[in-house]
Amino acid sequence: MLDIVSGFLEAMVRMACPIMLASLGALFTARSGIINFAMEGIMIMGAFFGVYGSYLSGNPWVGALLGMLGGLAAAVVLGIMSITVKVDQVVAGTGINVLFLGLTSYLCTVLYPDGQPSSVEAFQSVEIPGLSSLPVVGVFFQQNLLVYLAFLLVPLIWYLLNRTTFGLCLRSVGEQPHAADSLGINVNRMRYIAILLAGILGGLGGAALSLGQVSVFMENMTSGRGYVAWSAVTVGKWNPIGIMGASLLFGGAEAVQLRLQALGIEIPQQFFQMLPYLLTMIVLAGVVGRTVGPKAMGKPFVKGER
Amino acid sequence: MICMNFGGTQVRVERKKRTESPLFQKVLGIGIALLLVILVTGIIIALSGKSPIAAFQCMIKGAFGTKNSVAETLIKAVPLLLSGLGLTICYRTGLTSVGSEGQIIMGGLMATIVGVNLGGLPAPVVIPMAMIAGILGGGIWAGIAGLLKAKLGVSEVINTIMLNYVATYLVAYLVDGPIQEAAGHYPQSDLLGKNAWLPIILPGTRMHLGVILAAVSVVLVYMLLWKLPLGYQMRAVGNNPIAAKTNGINVARNMVLAMFLSGAFAGLAGSVEIMGIHHRLMNGFSSSYGFDSMAVALLGGLHPVGVTIAAIFFGALRTGANTMQRTLQVPVSLVNVIQGLVILFVLMQALLSRFTIRIIQRNAKEKGAKQHA
Amino acid sequence: MAEKILEMRNVTKRFGKLVANRSVNFDLERGEVHALLGENGAGKTTLMNCLYGIYNPEEGEILLHGKPLKLSNPKDAIAHNIGMVHQHFMLVPPLTVLQNIVLGQECRITPMNLSRARAQVEELCEKYHFQLELDTKVADLSVGAQQRVELVKALYRGADILILDEPTAVLTPPEVEGLFEILQQFVSMGKSIIIISHKLWEVKRISNRVTVLRSGEAVSTVMTKDVEEADLAAMMVGKRVSLEYEKTPVTTAQNILELKDVCAKGAHLASSLKHVSMHIREGEVLGIAGVDGNGQLELSEVIMGLLPTQSGSVYYRGEEITKMPTRKRIEQGFAHIPEERMTQGLVMNFSASENMIINCYDRPPFTKNHLFNSRQVKENGKKLVEEYDVRPRDPDALARSFSGGNQQKIIIAREFAQDPRLVVAVQPTRGLDIGASDFVHQKLLEQKEKGAGVLLISADLDEVLAVSDRVLVINEGEIMGEFVPGEIDYTEIGLMMGGTKRTNSKAGETA
Repeated sequence: MLDIVSGFLEAMVRMACPIMLASLGALFTARSGIINFAMEGIMIMGAFFGVYGSYLSGNPWVGALLGMLGGLAAAVVLGIMSITVKVDQVVAGTGINVLFLGLTSYLCTVLYPDGQPSSVEAFQSVEIPGLSSLPVVGVFFQQNLLVYLAFLLVPLIWYLLNRTTFGLCLRSVGEQPHAADSLGINVNRMRYIAILLAGILGGLGGAALSLGQVSVFMENMTSGRGYVAWSAVTVGKWNPIGIMGASLLFGGAEAVQLRLQALGIEIPQQFFQMLPYLLTMIVLAGVVGRTVGPKAMGKPFVKGER
Repeated sequence: MICMNFGGTQVRVERKKRTESPLFQKVLGIGIALLLVILVTGIIIALSGKSPIAAFQCMIKGAFGTKNSVAETLIKAVPLLLSGLGLTICYRTGLTSVGSEGQIIMGGLMATIVGVNLGGLPAPVVIPMAMIAGILGGGIWAGIAGLLKAKLGVSEVINTIMLNYVATYLVAYLVDGPIQEAAGHYPQSDLLGKNAWLPIILPGTRMHLGVILAAVSVVLVYMLLWKLPLGYQMRAVGNNPIAAKTNGINVARNMVLAMFLSGAFAGLAGSVEIMGIHHRLMNGFSSSYGFDSMAVALLGGLHPVGVTIAAIFFGALRTGANTMQRTLQVPVSLVNVIQGLVILFVLMQALLSRFTIRIIQRNAKEKGAKQHA
Repeated sequence: MAEKILEMRNVTKRFGKLVANRSVNFDLERGEVHALLGENGAGKTTLMNCLYGIYNPEEGEILLHGKPLKLSNPKDAIAHNIGMVHQHFMLVPPLTVLQNIVLGQECRITPMNLSRARAQVEELCEKYHFQLELDTKVADLSVGAQQRVELVKALYRGADILILDEPTAVLTPPEVEGLFEILQQFVSMGKSIIIISHKLWEVKRISNRVTVLRSGEAVSTVMTKDVEEADLAAMMVGKRVSLEYEKTPVTTAQNILELKDVCAKGAHLASSLKHVSMHIREGEVLGIAGVDGNGQLELSEVIMGLLPTQSGSVYYRGEEITKMPTRKRIEQGFAHIPEERMTQGLVMNFSASENMIINCYDRPPFTKNHLFNSRQVKENGKKLVEEYDVRPRDPDALARSFSGGNQQKIIIAREFAQDPRLVVAVQPTRGLDIGASDFVHQKLLEQKEKGAGVLLISADLDEVLAVSDRVLVINEGEIMGEFVPGEIDYTEIGLMMGGTKRTNSKAGETA
């Protein structure tokens, strides 16, 4: 029994990692007042270039770096569309997702000699001496480095948002951009910074998927995790700790599915695949209305216009 | 202002205020957007070592070259058009639905259940029945998101996405279990009774009755939006829900209704796709028509006529890309790239139409500026 | 003569074709309160936004201590010790008072250390006798307290020159007195203040000098003590206008609308309606006077059926309509000129003619046999545009392309074309110039003459007094008293607006 529990916990934490990284990135955009609907596109770029980088260099760290750059590229498009051109952020995000989904599939056939990305050097789990041998919870300390990084980022980002003047500026931009502007804060620059951070973390999230869980890129391998990551921001009530909880929830749903299959329990796997999405709907129906997100969400900033 | 120099030809991009009519500006903007899409796509093709000109030629031939290819283009345009019309209603009411894919799937599922079980009934009975089932399936699926938005204020955006996945996995479960074909080989349903198949209207091709249904739907949606008080109401809600409420229009009811109608058209698209093409339910039968129809609705300027043109354009793109892949080995995923670019550039059209490109031919015999776009 | 610390020379600011400020000259001396007086739309705020770096003027220069000053954004202004308190506060409600005060000073990812800032702010508060809870969220503060946060925010940034945009608009009379005391104190400590206002008494009461702006131009600058309010009014509007209208006395005792003991939950406790009873007769203009945000909006919404009542009942021509939906009320002859033209009144992306039917689109001639007739809509638009002198006379133009006054005309045309029995007009002339305001008043009185009941809700006391047959004063959602214009003086009205109930009310029988 203990084996099953620890196996489940191990999978939950591992599955939660890509969503958590992306969701933490999306949090920056959310707090700055931008709907980051492009997270799916950002993640798929991260997943693709993560594998490609590792393929080129044989080193997953180079992969992760390239993955971040890939996510960054997709994020820049979102930035231009939503901050500079000031179009509908949801529709722009959808366009970005379609574009980069197509582009990564296209690049797959173009960049790899046999038209198929091959298996590459991936992140290996690193055991933390001592802690990893603890019963049950020991599995938390037998993860790959990206998982540790994701959990490490939670308090860091919380600190950044709540205990630094940078966080203060960012939040004010998402709440009352005109007030921020009147105090000399460059609203659009803050939003670009937020989007770039979202690109880096989202790209890393994608790389965590392709390099941390499997070691290969598959077409459309994010399969909606970007949308889930964005929903996790709302479900997690716009703060990193809530996001950690929401990501574990989604990771848990994925893990349960794997575990049950392994145990041979006869519940159709599709129901478990549905679970995270149904949970999101239920949690949102319960949460929204009682908590309010950043006030300027989705509204482009035009100087002097209220 | 940006200046560029291409081999003696100076191109200057300026920003200026336009005085032409809004319609002209819109058409101009979309035209420039499409030009840019072709340009960027061409570069992407060229970078992969293929000739963009040959690729585009191949696409056009593949989409319109023969009677059969025209028919293929049209039957691919049908679900895009129906779903795009639904989204037109929804976007005009101010709701951003991303849920057409799931609604198409639910429509297809319901039509399949009717078509498989009541396939023995005469065609004039079972075809409408299956379609109504599909319409209700899609409509109610969308209505869930509409209700949650109207009653609890939950973002319809997130919920429609979630419902897409739920629908996908629901069908995956059903075709692998309760409604799996009797033979039990593949995850797919039994074939629909022959009477539930949509009749072919162009012999020798796959062009089915759905093409006519879609054409009728264009008129219906036009009527709804501009010839019925309900359409006025919905557009008022979409443009300014606060003013609509102040003037006694029931905003919540209009939202739910618009979501239902948009789902109904998507559901119809799903049932037509099952009854006209696949004749049975299987995973992924919609091949992301629902997502593409978002681009169709936007590119069509949220007007039924524009949406029709856009749907045929996207249908041609799908058909043409298949040919392109077969003959030139340019991956079919390029279609997604093109669609993504279309959405992004069309979104920028308002901005694009404000630019003027001047081509100044310095070394040419005729001196003087040519107004280009 | 005192030292001239700031000078604006020939400042011109354009928005497209519109000239908001035309070659304006303005100067400020150390230790004075300089009022910038003008009507809505005269360009006062624009001029000050130029001084605060929000706008960049096309022409002219700004001199600080005699040296030319280049301001490209508010940060520059703050760096030169210029502070501004905007009419709509520039505060971030979910942040605490202290966070709001220090916001924008720096943007670093190093640990935020507020202890020094806290000490500084506390010192400031002590010096100027402010009472502020530094760790309260701004969202939980009263409007008056929020204004004090804005003032401290400017002082904390070292402001020597303080710009206040319509600072009394949202305050109750005692709060206004409090503010004026604070300003006097600032001045005595050597700070200089520019106060934007369109209220004559306020300018007279607080300022040393006045510059009057009219249609974007500076008309003149005078010493306040040398002029009377009437002179200022003349300078402000260009001609002497007396707000006086001929009114037929109300002859009937027939109530068109009656509210009995109505309670309703508002946006804040202060604006919730508390046991409101009132009536409007046929052919009567009933004015509601009061400081903004004291339940006026809620009152209009209850009458229009947009806000549910918690208790009490509403009667229309003798029949109870407490729970009747808005649409039904409109069909039965309610007209509504809402407070927010652009958000509540108009669909900005609809044409003028489409906007002119939003209250009747589902009735003949616009909808016949369930079909919507867009030709009738256009015909109607063309007719109403003529009749109500909407300019430009283009019923197909989008609502957003009209000026404020003409947008209001579109709303009035729509509402009055239906021959209403009851008109609910909320702040109908806010932001309009004198000519447009006069037009609105005439149209309201026309409805009265036709026998409709008119409810005029306005924070502009002069307007209420000029147009109404009878006036109710509202404070914190309660009716403080009732009077007939001319019956009592401003002091008594002011007391009621500030929350003192009128005791010797004669119940206002005006027939």
